[in-house]
Amino acid sequence: METGEDLNQDFQPSSESSGITIHLDAFQGPLDLLLHLIKKEEIDIWNIPIAHITEQYLEYLQTMKDLNINLAGEWLMMAATLIYIKSRMLVPQEQSAEAQPEEEDPRTELVYQLLEHQKFKNAAEMLYTREEVENAIWNKPPADVLEEGQDVVAVTLFDLLRAFHEVVQRFEAQRVMEVAQEEVTIEQKIVDIRTLFLVHDKILFSSFFSEARSKRHLIVIFLALLELVRLHEVWLYQKKAFEEIQICKVKETA
Amino acid sequence: MQAVMEAIIYVADDPVKAEQFKEVFPEEGLDEIEEALKNLVDSFNARPGGMMIREVAGGYRMTTRPEHHERIRAYLKTRPNAKLSMAALETLAVIAYKQPVTLAEVLAIRGKKSSTALQTLLERKLVAILGRKQVVGRPILYGTSREFLIHFGLRNLSDLPTLEEFAQMAGEQL
Repeated sequence: METGEDLNQDFQPSSESSGITIHLDAFQGPLDLLLHLIKKEEIDIWNIPIAHITEQYLEYLQTMKDLNINLAGEWLMMAATLIYIKSRMLVPQEQSAEAQPEEEDPRTELVYQLLEHQKFKNAAEMLYTREEVENAIWNKPPADVLEEGQDVVAVTLFDLLRAFHEVVQRFEAQRVMEVAQEEVTIEQKIVDIRTLFLVHDKILFSSFFSEARSKRHLIVIFLALLELVRLHEVWLYQKKAFEEIQICKVKETA
Repeated sequence: MQAVMEAIIYVADDPVKAEQFKEVFPEEGLDEIEEALKNLVDSFNARPGGMMIREVAGGYRMTTRPEHHERIRAYLKTRPNAKLSMAALETLAVIAYKQPVTLAEVLAIRGKKSSTALQTLLERKLVAILGRKQVVGRPILYGTSREFLIHFGLRNLSDLPTLEEFAQMAGEQL
């Protein structure tokens, strides 16, 4: 039981022991390391000195373990593959040498895997360059360009209802005297909101209701707002989920 | 007709296809429309302006010219968009060239798990689910989307360099 735990500890260094666990495999895998070694040592891919490369590979693996880098299973798989190839190359082939003179080199499969990987790395480079170029080009700015470089989250109906619920609660908490019930219609409110947006580009959802004097009034404003959303005259967004909802005028297509 | 086409390309949110112009000019044949489009693109791009018309994802769209990007960025005060990570680009390259492809097949080529990268690609709508492979376990098949073509400024998939070119490069690099 104890030894089993020790072994686990070895393969998955606990983050408590040294503080940080680095997840290297988010960026590169064992094939990338092998390609790196081959390029660094200017090795002929068709004649890989497997013992040497295996040794180097295991050294890197040890360093990564020392650095508490979390190694995914494929790193150990590759280590096993390398050791297997190495052992097969050590087996004397005398007895089969004459019968099967063309016995396949145990390295071949790995070589093709490396070439294939390099091929797609090159294709990825090409995509990278293309993306770079595309980043220097603008189309008509989409209507949702608001504040520079900021991602915004579309508001769901539930966010909206929650926000409205908060508004109603706040209203009830500080209940102002209900002055003579003036009848406000949704149509009227829509006109009011449109006027507001002539001056403002965006308004905070919660501040929208400050002038309301009755619960009915609140609901009318809310419905007017929904109608304007439906008509694509305004749209609602938040910088992050659960953040304050902003109401923004939809800019007319220039 | 060319003037209207230019205006439509300008107001469109997405690249406009020749077939879409056919709806606007029902009296014209598709051949005439394509001919007019070609002339429009040629004459528009011949003038040394700040804009150009590009063929992207099977349609036409108006964009700024790349050589002005620094000044435009200075005006917009924006940073370049979040770029894809190398892991995501590699995964995307495999999917683009091997589609329809399963996650297991991507793993075999990249030699490492690619589920996080794939997740990013799905979220950014560069990759789409094409169906399921008719083998045991019926794994999901992935392929690139129209958004992929737009994102990388490609007319269609055959606009990509061939894999042989990259194989040749790999042979020279190793």
